[in-house]
Amino acid sequence: MDSIVSLITQPLVLELLITLVKIGFILGLTIGFFAPMLAWVERKQSAIMQDRVGANRAGVFGITVIGLLHSLADAIKLIFKEDFIPRGAERGLHTLAPVIAIIPSLVVFAVIPFGGQYTLWGHEVNLVIADLDVGLLYVFAIGSLATYGVVIAGWSSNNNWSLLGGLRASAQMFSYEVTMGLTVIGLVMFYQSLSLVDIVAKQENFWHWGIIWHFPAFVLFLGCAVAENKRVPFDAPEAEAELVAGYFTEYSGMKFVMFWTAEFLEMVSISGMCVALFLGGHHIPFVTQKFLLTAFGDLLGQDIGAVVVMLIGVGVFITKLVILLVLQMTIRWTMPRFRYDQIMKLGWKMILPLSLCWIFLVGVGILTGVMPRP
Amino acid sequence: MEMAIFLVMGALSVGFSLVMILARKPVTSAMSLVAVMFCLAVLFALQSAHLIAILQILVYAGAIMVLFLFVIMLLNLREKEGEESHTKGYGQIFGGAIAFTILIVAVGSTSMSGSPAGLSSDRFGTTAEVGKILFTKYILPFEITSVLLLAALVGAVALVKLRMR
Amino acid sequence: MEMIPLPQISVGAIAPELTLVAAAMIILMLEVFTISKGRDNLAYVALAAVGVAGYLVIESLGSPMTTFSKMYVVDDFSGFIKLVCLLGAGMTILMSVKYTRDEGIDGGEYYSLLLFATTGMFFMVSGADLITIFLGLETMSISLYALAGYARGRLASNEASIKYFILGALSSAFMLYGMSMIYGAAGVTNLHEIARIIGQNKENIHLVMLGGGLVLIGFAFKISAVPFHMWTPDVYQGAPTPITAFMSAGPKAAAFAAFIRVFSDALISLQYQWWIIVWILAVLTMTVGNLIALSQENIKRMFAYSSIAHAGYILVGFTAGGKLGESAMLFYLLIYTFMNIGAFAIVAIVGQQGEERTSVSDFAGLGYRHPLLGLAMVALLFSLAGIPPTAGFWGKYYLFTAALDQGYVWLAILAALNSVIAVFYYLRVIVVMYMREEKGESLPQNAFPASIVVVILVAIYGSVLLGITPGGYLALAASSSLAH
Repeated sequence: MDSIVSLITQPLVLELLITLVKIGFILGLTIGFFAPMLAWVERKQSAIMQDRVGANRAGVFGITVIGLLHSLADAIKLIFKEDFIPRGAERGLHTLAPVIAIIPSLVVFAVIPFGGQYTLWGHEVNLVIADLDVGLLYVFAIGSLATYGVVIAGWSSNNNWSLLGGLRASAQMFSYEVTMGLTVIGLVMFYQSLSLVDIVAKQENFWHWGIIWHFPAFVLFLGCAVAENKRVPFDAPEAEAELVAGYFTEYSGMKFVMFWTAEFLEMVSISGMCVALFLGGHHIPFVTQKFLLTAFGDLLGQDIGAVVVMLIGVGVFITKLVILLVLQMTIRWTMPRFRYDQIMKLGWKMILPLSLCWIFLVGVGILTGVMPRP
Repeated sequence: MEMAIFLVMGALSVGFSLVMILARKPVTSAMSLVAVMFCLAVLFALQSAHLIAILQILVYAGAIMVLFLFVIMLLNLREKEGEESHTKGYGQIFGGAIAFTILIVAVGSTSMSGSPAGLSSDRFGTTAEVGKILFTKYILPFEITSVLLLAALVGAVALVKLRMR
Repeated sequence: MEMIPLPQISVGAIAPELTLVAAAMIILMLEVFTISKGRDNLAYVALAAVGVAGYLVIESLGSPMTTFSKMYVVDDFSGFIKLVCLLGAGMTILMSVKYTRDEGIDGGEYYSLLLFATTGMFFMVSGADLITIFLGLETMSISLYALAGYARGRLASNEASIKYFILGALSSAFMLYGMSMIYGAAGVTNLHEIARIIGQNKENIHLVMLGGGLVLIGFAFKISAVPFHMWTPDVYQGAPTPITAFMSAGPKAAAFAAFIRVFSDALISLQYQWWIIVWILAVLTMTVGNLIALSQENIKRMFAYSSIAHAGYILVGFTAGGKLGESAMLFYLLIYTFMNIGAFAIVAIVGQQGEERTSVSDFAGLGYRHPLLGLAMVALLFSLAGIPPTAGFWGKYYLFTAALDQGYVWLAILAALNSVIAVFYYLRVIVVMYMREEKGESLPQNAFPASIVVVILVAIYGSVLLGITPGGYLALAASSSLAH
């Protein structure tokens, strides 16, 4: 027993353990909680918005838990479905594609800070898996890889609908990636850092939040992010009216689920990015972390207080995340699908010039002192 | 540790490069090139050039190769068309072997001691440091690059746009 | 705000480049607002920019300086080559006015690409650093790839563009690989520094040699030296005639300039290794170019091979090296620009719309139908052949005496033999023009707009009058050489 304790308290091992806990937490939060919940929310919210009763049938002994069991039922159904690979398909790539699609959307969470930095029992705990100097670029780099999953899925299925879907997806995701990168340049200039941890730390004061100073960038970024994620109204790559289901027409069973999970996870990661960049991360408006630490520290003692503040921080982060998720869902059920050429026009001819204008304005603002940098 | 990663990544990048050249399917070639880019990114990261490593993935793997795939899909290239004659292959292998030997001899006789001048700062490779050097010492090449890209852009548009007459 | 200290830079040093880039962008903007008829005016905007840049370059002569962290150098050598490039660009712009209108390829992009290409040459010529030289080279090449394929309607033009692009990219890759090896061995990219480090420390010499060899291949491609000339005939034949004229002059001069700078500055300590290679290159280039030119039926193709041969002559001067060799090269590059662009202007006139008449037999009877045009062509061809007292003769004379002076007797003899071969195919055109039975109709009246007449007059001035009184230009060339 003693040896285990001494092993755990070794700095390296402790560091490893803490990182594993953080990874476990993030995986649990995303795959374990958000992915199934969002599948349910999507149905339930559409039902509410369209004034109908939805998703209330699946139940155990008549207990339906407002349709929550549908996610479970779906999972069971999909696991037992036949995994079908069409004739003439590239078997290897066909199987690989969903994996390639889902990995980037998970790995992105590595740099998203979800609760701030604390000192617990004399040990620094930073609630982010990897605090990279180039965190923001990392997100874009990894995000750009998500395209491959979709493109390869479309290509390897040996199906014209899939191919068209993949073609559309590659052009669309590529275009919006460029634009999305430009929308946040203003923020980087403002916060003078590419590290998401730094950016969040600089938003402790409510008046320094990204959304206060960079509201146009926020709107543009969210728009691009939704387009990048191929969600309605930008879901031309999987437009069911034209392309059956686009790039994943030929997928079934768990591989199909992986595509859907990837989409949901991407929603979560986009929201996480938005929270970190624009909504102050784990910070509560007008309440500094220091104030909370002293308040709870006096009440419960230094370390327990810090734990409580940490939990509050994580809670605040998740609350903000949920608000943005609901916003995205609402967009989904409000807007009609754009035509493909409209999507490209919007990206290249509207959002791109606008974001360039915004970069220019931010530059002027910083130089003239109108925009005081935190 | 560093050496082990270097060896593995180096071997992988050489292997994937070979696959890229030898593969019959264009998509396989393209995907191997993506893998090569990844290995190179890791090698950059090993040299503590993190920004370059990330940009390698962002620009090459994330953007340029997607365009490659896009073109492959647009033309719907399935497999190399026509029968390949393998008679010429020997000449290529022979030439390649000679070039490789010369390269090995030249590189092998090189002393790898010492680091290039001015790169020994401990903030080397960070975004701020790269930005600083890019906008001071290398400002002229940086600006020429922008002219180069503009020229390429204008050229590409001029070649493909429909002329309204 | 934390301020970052800027190194000492002198923006005035790159004023000519800035002028060209600014004009290129202004043309792009103007193009949006001009109606189809006003497009010709864009050519004159470009010409004005070339003029201003020329003025700025002349102003900078005699006051050498190094700036931008020693990456950019202004000296008389670069000034001279820049003037040659500007001359080529100016003449090309003038001869493009009518051509582009006839072919339906008029537009601002054409002229802005020309200006971008010229900017690239400037940076190549003034680059005192491998990075600057490579970026300049790429700017030039990429603009030229697009320009070669600019006549999109013609398949030959597309073919030219694709071939030029693929082979050009390959050669750039060679050069970049070589440069990276030199950097790996020396640890710096500055030419002077490389020379210093390599001179002191011989242990990495093999890597430098390999890198230098690869860079040499890259340059040999750009100046179309045999055996890296394969692209030249197809590209010259397929590209729009004014662009062919442009490619044969400015880019070649710029590539030679960068070639000289890299090899006689950075790699000077390897001189005894590379001169033998350049010697072989020179002989091969002259001989192969001239021999194949003998059997060409298409006049653009013939000029392509002849330009390969001329690159060989210039390489003779490079092999000789020293002040004499370099000034002879500079002088020859200047004269070659005059005479070759002039000859291409006439080819463009005779070619007419769609470049349908570009075979040698299309020149039959031209001397009778259009005596003045015929006479001009004769003068230019004489100069290209190197018949005294034209400028072409003096140019060759200086090149070959430079070789003799350095003791390269065999090289000089081979070069002289080659000029004799060259006389055959140049004379053949003249024979066809005057001795073959007249066939075909006269050129339409509108075939001779003022712009192209100016080009031909300038060319005649440069290739004939300059031959009679070469003094001033020769002195300028002599004072502009890198070697002392």
